[in-house]
Amino acid sequence: MVHFLGFAVPGIPNGCTFALFAIGLILTYQATGVFNFAFAAQAYTSAFVYGLLCLHGWPVWFAFLVSVVILAPALGLGFDYFLFRRIPNTNSTAKVVTGISLLVGIPSLLTVIFGNQQLDAPPSLLFNADTVYFHLFGVTDLPINGIDIGTVIVTVVVLVAMVVLLRYTSMGLKMRGSVESRRLIQLDGVNADRVVAFSWAVSSFLAGLAGVLFAHQLAPVQPENYQLLLITAIAAAAWGRLRSMPVAALVAIVLGVIESVAPAYLPTGGFLNAVVVPVIPMIVLALALLFVPGLRSLDDSKDPLASIDPPTPPTAAASRAPTMDRIIRTGWYALLVVFVVSMLTWMPVLWEGVFNEGLAFSVIFLSITLITGMGGQLSLAQATLAGVGAFTTGLLFYHFGFNELSGGIVGAVLASVVAVALALLSLRLRGLGLALMTLAAAVFFDQGVFNQPQVQPQSGALSLIPLSNPKWPGPVGIFERNGHWLFVVCMVVLVLVTLAVLQIRKGTTGHYLGAMRGSETGAAGLGINLSWQRIMIFALSGAVAGIGGTLFAYYQTSVTPNYFNVDFSLVFVVVVVTTGVSTVEGAIQAGIGLTVTFQLVTYLPGRLGGQSLVFVLFAFGALTYAAHPEGVLEFQKRRSTLRFERLLFSGSGRGASPGDQGPQAAAAVAPEGGGRGD
Amino acid sequence: MTDGGTGGHVTLGGGPWAQRHGGGGPALLGDPGPLLSVRAVSKAFGGITAVSQVTLIVDGGESVGLVGPNGAGKTTLFNCICGQLKPDGGTVEFDGNELGSMPTYKRARLGIGRTYQRIEVFPDMSVREHLLVAERARRGDGRLWKDLVNLSSPTPDELARVNEVLELVGLADKASTPVSALGLGLCRLVELGRALVAQPKLLMADEPSSGLDVHETHELANVLRTLQRERGMAVLLVEHDLGMVGEVVDRAIVMDLGQVIAEGTFDEVMAHPEVRHAYLGTSG
Repeated sequence: MVHFLGFAVPGIPNGCTFALFAIGLILTYQATGVFNFAFAAQAYTSAFVYGLLCLHGWPVWFAFLVSVVILAPALGLGFDYFLFRRIPNTNSTAKVVTGISLLVGIPSLLTVIFGNQQLDAPPSLLFNADTVYFHLFGVTDLPINGIDIGTVIVTVVVLVAMVVLLRYTSMGLKMRGSVESRRLIQLDGVNADRVVAFSWAVSSFLAGLAGVLFAHQLAPVQPENYQLLLITAIAAAAWGRLRSMPVAALVAIVLGVIESVAPAYLPTGGFLNAVVVPVIPMIVLALALLFVPGLRSLDDSKDPLASIDPPTPPTAAASRAPTMDRIIRTGWYALLVVFVVSMLTWMPVLWEGVFNEGLAFSVIFLSITLITGMGGQLSLAQATLAGVGAFTTGLLFYHFGFNELSGGIVGAVLASVVAVALALLSLRLRGLGLALMTLAAAVFFDQGVFNQPQVQPQSGALSLIPLSNPKWPGPVGIFERNGHWLFVVCMVVLVLVTLAVLQIRKGTTGHYLGAMRGSETGAAGLGINLSWQRIMIFALSGAVAGIGGTLFAYYQTSVTPNYFNVDFSLVFVVVVVTTGVSTVEGAIQAGIGLTVTFQLVTYLPGRLGGQSLVFVLFAFGALTYAAHPEGVLEFQKRRSTLRFERLLFSGSGRGASPGDQGPQAAAAVAPEGGGRGD
Repeated sequence: MTDGGTGGHVTLGGGPWAQRHGGGGPALLGDPGPLLSVRAVSKAFGGITAVSQVTLIVDGGESVGLVGPNGAGKTTLFNCICGQLKPDGGTVEFDGNELGSMPTYKRARLGIGRTYQRIEVFPDMSVREHLLVAERARRGDGRLWKDLVNLSSPTPDELARVNEVLELVGLADKASTPVSALGLGLCRLVELGRALVAQPKLLMADEPSSGLDVHETHELANVLRTLQRERGMAVLLVEHDLGMVGEVVDRAIVMDLGQVIAEGTFDEVMAHPEVRHAYLGTSG
């Protein structure tokens, strides 16, 4: 028993860590209707500032005051005022995208501002971390230190305070009322903006408190640690139906204990210990999404005043005048020809690699165009699906000597199969529920599959350098990886996938998906099999992601888990929604734009953050998703096109743009089936 | 009207639609019979019983009004019939098929058309695209390979059918307009057209006149009457505009608090004391 308790007791403070995060998530969701993916980033920010101030010799109380009492609520108020307040209650996709953008952007912004700071264990907030204050039951094997005491006390106090706030105070009542429709509750004389702002301040204070409280345990202070903590907290919050804080806290503590006890009782190095234990939170989250009924209707909240929201504006391609359209299309074709000729003739090797990588990314991003732009399903596992394709190709190459083509095809099929499995698990989920299920899958593959020795026979990276004695089914290395042949292959694949996506979009499937995106009730009422449509679009998206992943791996000449982890899945979403998720043009611009920007920042001084600066730029772009669901780049294109048209056709009346007369009129003249641009 | 192939004005009752519709099924004039049979259907949400032991029959080619005050359970019953809600008890049969746990899309393909109390249109689509989608979905058509090899463009026959319905519901001049640019009343007509293009045997219209002015409501009543009397389409109409109900229906069923309280001709049920009590709070 003592042996068991020796492992179980340390799990309780860990569980309290998860519980505090879960309580914060539930508070934000209950009070504002936002599932705050940025909670981890907020916690990290406070921990980072706290650690930085302590590092520079400021007293703990002052660091706490600045990082938790002032900075954390200010951050939350900023989120509310500048972002979430402007998102309609019913637009769950925009809320998720905004949260993810903050999750990706804030840690990167800190790196850009402060550089790569190594913050080792900052001082404990409440009690001395290294002091054993007492032994549980008087047993010497059960020491309780300052961290344990502080974590448990804070969690209990916060839990009681939040339950009382939400259930037994008039402010709590107003907070719950504001969730459904802050516009509606204002009609009852409640200052809903102030109520929601208060909610954000409180929940952000909790995020800051949790971040600082656990900074010592999670040292060094890194955003990845807080993200993993967030996933476990989400699992606990899900079992509390994103409503019950006590249930979520209980599940969180149980999870903490299981994670602590399981490794001790399972065979070291065995399958369960190596594969299952790291993904327990993801399995728990998936089970919650499958079996907790309340989670299926997370997006059922209907704002009675939703109809006053304006319609989504048309894409740039749909809103420009026919003459302008011809000019721009001709320009694009000319640019394409120049690009191809340049790549095959004078392009420096460095930039040839940049563009080849961009083409591979473009293929991966087209999978997001399919699933999110056309299917209306927000997947946070697209890098994972790309990874399935890449690792399958790599393993077939490594073990059996498959060439790129056959390996790539098998990889695409397997990625498609994984996507279908994910679709089947998510059939009853929508919006936020689906995003959480795909997030669980991404972390599952990240933690439990890609880094296993069976998948990584060569430590670190699976090499794709050609074998000297190729086996089946033919010569390995049908094209050279760096150089013109890789470009030709990437270009051919991209063109084929682009044409396929365009054909699907303008065909019956595209219209069925458009119907499903617009109204699932209406679509089913017409005889459209929504489950089949969802499975099909997942399958297609998985296959395209797998193909893109394979191309990317061949560009890299190796496959490593780092390229296909959950962070990349989140970044992919952020990048594509910035350039335009509903058009193939947006996906290609995202792919090329990402790699070109990565290359350009290498010419800037290192203190500006390098890749972090790129993530910040795209995250800021994605933050405008609520205002410009067509993509901020797409929005700018439309605006520029209109200005150019006015300049070109001013006074002549020729080629007058339908965009001049507003989005409705613009869309009214869009060609049948082509109203969403190219 | 440009009908893309049939030419000339639509001739109600004698056009290609009616000829196709005459190909079979019980929903025809002269072939009356129980098209829809709802028996003892109940549905509760938590402690609130929205529909309690409701039984009703709609014969082929018949027009039935389902009326009652707000909260009577009419839309819940509609949702149980269409499969969007699973009843707690009772059975629903349509055209000889026990619907049981059949999903909504299969019920639609059996010939149940539906319009909604809360508008359910597809904001990214034009009016014509709505009808084209409905035309394809009715047949369960939509093979991916056809899209990939560019074989899924609308056929002249499909366009003709769509144009015919657009003309019928008065939306021909708005065919290329995106529904996001239309007002509530026109969106209701889009929903109606979308349901009609699928050639349903039973049209279930949930408050179709909501958002329409007096003239538009009268036109809508004419359309529904024409569909029922000249084309043999059964209509189950939920409507608060009792004047329109009186114009359209052969028979009326009144619900209150989840139960059927009266059934008969429109004039009969309106004179029924329980109905007057339900609507006016008085038995007088």
